[in-house]
Amino acid sequence: MTVLEADLSGFLGHEATGSATLELLVPAARCAACMAKIERGLVALPDVRQARLNLTTHKLSVVFEGRTGDPALIVHTLDNLGYRATLFDPAEARAAQDLEGRRLALALGVAGFGVGNVMMFSVPVWAGLFGQELEPATRTLMYWLSAIVATPCALYAGMTFFRSAWSSLKRGRANMDVPISIGVLLTLAVSFSETLQGGRHAYFDAAVSLLFLLLIGRWLDHKLRAKAQGAARDLLALQAPIAHRLDAQGLEHGVPVADVAVGDRLAVAPGQLVPVDGYVQAGASLLDNALITGETAPASVGPGSRIYAGALNLDGRLVMRAAARSENSAVAAIARLMEAGSQSKSAYVRMADRAASIYVPVVHSLALGTFIGGWLLGLGAREALLRAAAVLIITCPCALGLAVPAVQIAASGRLFRKRVLVKSGAALERLAEVDHVVFDKTGVLTEGRPELIHAPDGAVASAAPLARASRHPLAQALAREAGPGRVADDVKESPGVGVAGWIDGRHARLGRAAFLDVPAEVSTETELWFAFDGETPARLIFADSLRPDAHQAVAALNARRISVEVLSGDVAEAVEHAALAAGIKHWRAGLTPIQKAEAIDELKAAGRKTLMVGDGLNDAAALARAHASMAPSAAVDASQNAADLVFEGDDLMAVVDAIDVARAARRRALENFGFSALYNLLAAPAAIFGLINPFIAAIAMSGSSLVVTLNALRMNWEARR
Amino acid sequence: MNILLFLAPVSVALALVGLAAFFWTVRSGQYDDPTGDAARILNDQLDDHPD
Repeated sequence: MTVLEADLSGFLGHEATGSATLELLVPAARCAACMAKIERGLVALPDVRQARLNLTTHKLSVVFEGRTGDPALIVHTLDNLGYRATLFDPAEARAAQDLEGRRLALALGVAGFGVGNVMMFSVPVWAGLFGQELEPATRTLMYWLSAIVATPCALYAGMTFFRSAWSSLKRGRANMDVPISIGVLLTLAVSFSETLQGGRHAYFDAAVSLLFLLLIGRWLDHKLRAKAQGAARDLLALQAPIAHRLDAQGLEHGVPVADVAVGDRLAVAPGQLVPVDGYVQAGASLLDNALITGETAPASVGPGSRIYAGALNLDGRLVMRAAARSENSAVAAIARLMEAGSQSKSAYVRMADRAASIYVPVVHSLALGTFIGGWLLGLGAREALLRAAAVLIITCPCALGLAVPAVQIAASGRLFRKRVLVKSGAALERLAEVDHVVFDKTGVLTEGRPELIHAPDGAVASAAPLARASRHPLAQALAREAGPGRVADDVKESPGVGVAGWIDGRHARLGRAAFLDVPAEVSTETELWFAFDGETPARLIFADSLRPDAHQAVAALNARRISVEVLSGDVAEAVEHAALAAGIKHWRAGLTPIQKAEAIDELKAAGRKTLMVGDGLNDAAALARAHASMAPSAAVDASQNAADLVFEGDDLMAVVDAIDVARAARRRALENFGFSALYNLLAAPAAIFGLINPFIAAIAMSGSSLVVTLNALRMNWEARR
Repeated sequence: MNILLFLAPVSVALALVGLAAFFWTVRSGQYDDPTGDAARILNDQLDDHPD
């Protein structure tokens, strides 16, 4: 591994005590035995004080004895133990800490404590409601005890809602948290005033149990996002964003790509990605630009050539000078388009908030109407206010707050098992609305690597010994086709041009037309030529092969009344070939990244809800602007960041599965909304006519939450059948 | 009835001890690796102290 030869101290972090720390991702460590092997193996090293592997996230943290340590030694030791490890950028590792999750867990704990202990005082009160002996003085004592426990708990646990409601109100909008906050605070206020007057209707228990149930929903929603973001970060880390910086003596130092400065000299070995935009200083090679432009044919570069981040170096070592920092490397126009796209996505109003925008005015005017109406009809101000509060409490959106998160956590769990990562609940909601799918060609519809499609008889077997000696992707495709075998002797490779060597005592050449002195014809096909000296050269033709289930996936989408289109940056012939083979009638070729994004905007203007599936940097803007987007896990960082969902594996059917699950989730969520509406239709009149007491409120609230949660879990039961 | 005035605070205080313990477990990261911790406690060769 070339990584080991370089100095990697840029990946070290520091503890408060000053000791150096290192974070690594070890994906293959999946059992207790691995954990013992790795931790003991590392602690046995003289420099290492502590090594701790997290089996849930597969992250390994190492603490060194001193202020410095040798990351390469750790990687090497893990390699010897049989585990491939990837270094984590220290900044990324800090960002991965789940502080918000801890805050929610603490709030949930406090609310749970409150509910449990308030019940101790509520049960005697409820018994009193059913004719058991309970003196008013004892009831008031019980209420005071409830107040002492419930009020601090409700204020602490409710902070999440109060903050969100306040910031929403400041922007002049009402989200779900506004009625929750008003409901909780008003309930506490009314309960205090009732208790002071020795009345019967105090709802301290309702205020805390409401928060407890809603926090479960919040916590589930957060877990979903945290899990997906963590997994997406790991996928990105696996792409090893290490740049190899050359110092004045020409020695390589591995540094995080983010640390590369303009003017740095960087080495790019064959098989590595170009880390940042820049110019070639020395060396010649072929670059695969498929991730950036979508073109499948490699481009040859030499000193002075402009090269872009994300290009794959195919066959020669390059020394380059960085012309942009990493964050400026993705072409500025693409970055701007992406930003605009993600803004339009954050303007998307989620289902729960849309429900809240109907629910809030209705419930609040109902409560106000109850108060005014009750007063006018001679109920007295106190009784009228109590009934208005009862309306707010009993209709307070327990079920509504759980209805969507519970469904989405179940849905994304189901997709996670199919190796599809959902980045947020909103992504699932948008995906369910999709009626048009746009595929990129290279790397999405196709596998993104060339396959031999045509060769004269016998040419494959004769050329294979030379092909096995080369790292060029076309030669490797040829070698795959021929299978294992012997390698030619005395092979000389001219980077980007061809290989020459001896097979059975005869000199032979494999390479571009010019390498074999064949007059170059204008050809749109990807080709190699092969000949023994003095014989007529044979032409070998390659094409990027379709994913095996591309046709099946397109047919499945059409069966769901979803139209399909291909937008590609590649040449027309290649796009037409791939589109027809997959059974897609509409395709456009030769598009620049900006044109792709514009095509998505046109579809949006025509009222279509588009799902974009793409992997290249040239797709990133389109991914960010589409209604919903998916990227394969082999995609460049920018595209994975822009996409709503990331799928692993070679199956394009993952797209169809994701749409199916998203639609099922929407059906479940709508059922839950329907149930909540029905519940409120029954509960609100009961509250208006004064039929609610604290016992009925407690039963109704937890009952309705239980029903929506169980309905959400049906997502998983269906999947198991 | 006076016994209530004694027992109710005692039971709330006991529950508070439990809540404090929960705060400690969350803050010391004991829910960060459920899979690993389940294995650590069974194996003498592993470090089974919280971070």
